[in-house]
Amino acid sequence: MSKRIDVKDLNVYYGNFLAVEDVSINIEAKSVTAFIGPSGCGKSTFLRTLNRMHEVLPGARVEGEVLLDGDNLYGPGVDPVTVRSQIGMVFQRPNPFPTMSIRDNVLAGVKLNNQKMSKGEADALVERSLQGANLWNEVKDRLEKPGSGLSGGQQQRLCIARAIAVEPQVILMDEPCSALDPISTLAVEDLINELKDQYTVVIVTHNMQQAARVSDKTAFFNIAGTGKPGKLIEFAETSTIFNNPSQKATEDYVSGRFG
Amino acid sequence: MTSTLTPARKRSALTKGQLPKFAPYVVLAVALVLGAAILALIGFNAFGWGIVSAILFAAGLVGWSAAVEGSRKAKDKLATCLVVGSFLVALLPLISVIWTVLVNGIPGIITPGFLGTSMNGVTGVYDNRAAEGSGPVLGGIYHALLGTVQITLLATVISVPVGLLTAIYLVEYGNDRPLARAITFFVDVMTGIPSIVAGLFAAAFFFAVVGPGTKTGAVAAVALSVLMIPVVVRSSEEMLKIVPNELREAAYALGVRKWRTILKVVIPTAISGIASGVTLAIARVIGETAPILVTAGFATSINNNVFGGWMASLPTFIYTQILNPTSPSNPDPSSQRAWGAALVLIILVMLLNLGARLIARIFAPKTGR
Repeated sequence: MSKRIDVKDLNVYYGNFLAVEDVSINIEAKSVTAFIGPSGCGKSTFLRTLNRMHEVLPGARVEGEVLLDGDNLYGPGVDPVTVRSQIGMVFQRPNPFPTMSIRDNVLAGVKLNNQKMSKGEADALVERSLQGANLWNEVKDRLEKPGSGLSGGQQQRLCIARAIAVEPQVILMDEPCSALDPISTLAVEDLINELKDQYTVVIVTHNMQQAARVSDKTAFFNIAGTGKPGKLIEFAETSTIFNNPSQKATEDYVSGRFG
Repeated sequence: MTSTLTPARKRSALTKGQLPKFAPYVVLAVALVLGAAILALIGFNAFGWGIVSAILFAAGLVGWSAAVEGSRKAKDKLATCLVVGSFLVALLPLISVIWTVLVNGIPGIITPGFLGTSMNGVTGVYDNRAAEGSGPVLGGIYHALLGTVQITLLATVISVPVGLLTAIYLVEYGNDRPLARAITFFVDVMTGIPSIVAGLFAAAFFFAVVGPGTKTGAVAAVALSVLMIPVVVRSSEEMLKIVPNELREAAYALGVRKWRTILKVVIPTAISGIASGVTLAIARVIGETAPILVTAGFATSINNNVFGGWMASLPTFIYTQILNPTSPSNPDPSSQRAWGAALVLIILVMLLNLGARLIARIFAPKTGR
């Protein structure tokens, strides 16, 4: 239940503005890949092109190919909704649906798509997903309570449970811990480590220690200056990026000399 | 012992002079007495007494404060006086209206049969008898109440889908396109349309489509929807706009289609605001008189069919009772009925406002653990 992603010569535009230029990257199945880089370098934009979420913004478009196990996400006739049901996403700020209970939040992917499911199946799915997100023990007694009553870290894990409940192939995480305290961050990081047994995980982070802790491979993005497109500078094993990077810019960034 | 070295000080260096706690009350009492004295010289009346006392109070309090506490505190007191004064001035007409309607309306409402009978068969003869004291005030507002409810309900049934769908287009699909901007502009224009123009439009439209002289409750409902739609669009648009984009993205990321996201995530999140906006829009049109006069006419008997025949409503009932009393020689029973109807109308609007708050609370997203 996980697929690899291969990106070939991808350019991302907002209108006429080239936001990310010429990215080629191979993301292995069942691994954690981290994107690091300074703010505004296009790593979040690039992440969103991996499940066509960037199209939510008017005028956004891409050139190039993104292959999910060989199938081009941007091929003619590909429905972005199908893409997103295979490639889930967790956002920077926890965003459980405020009108729904914890249980309904987990089942949101099923219920919102009006798929029929018996109560037993639904209960099993809720328990499985919440177990998978390390949240089951904390919320099992209050599944009918609103999701917005949870703490920030619990809400973020609820969002992860919601994402894995639709059984995607890949999970994208856009700075999932930047709004969380260190304890909650630790819980989410532990969870990411467990998730990679089943899923392909791609995570954007500002926190280099986090990238070093959780990822197998790391990609460093950078930007030449304001108004210039972001570029992929270096992509390698995480230990290589942090200990023995081949590019000067990468070394400067990971050692804290700029950015 | 260091404490014995410190000389006992009368006052902290951090404070200045302060007015005693009872200062405002003293100034108020003095201002009221002085105001009464001044007014007695030029002829006493309550309104002038209030004005003069308020000015004296403000001047006295600010002057005293300036002498004791310094200019900053005095300016603060002046601003407080102005703010509270403006509030009282704004409140005055409201309280006056409610008081007048209550005093004049209660005799009408407590008349037996006022809410349960129509004006069918009630002629000037009965009113003359009532005025002489040899009979009860007959007749009631049942037909008008029924007409108001039917017309407003039909207007709501027309306006809410049109208004809500327009708002959804503007917020979810508009993207600042020329069409969306044109709609926004025309909705703004519609907000400013005088209600009589809306009535004339509906009347002319039905005259042209159905036939000359078509006056029914449905025509009035169309006229009222013209007034209601822009209000519903505006309030729903604002409510949909404040639904965080993150929720839409969260739904998209689960592979949910856009229309389902709108239907199941965006609208439920905003429903409390939308519902209370709709209720307030109803309250806004329920008291319209002119558009109903030209579209539904007025009737003295019960009409249960909103699509056929002239129909009474509370505002037109009040209007005709005051302007053309049932008994021209004895208008008092008519005006008693009119005030009673006015009280019922105000109560309706108040109930709608309370309903809006209740709806907002019931539908609001639940928080807490």
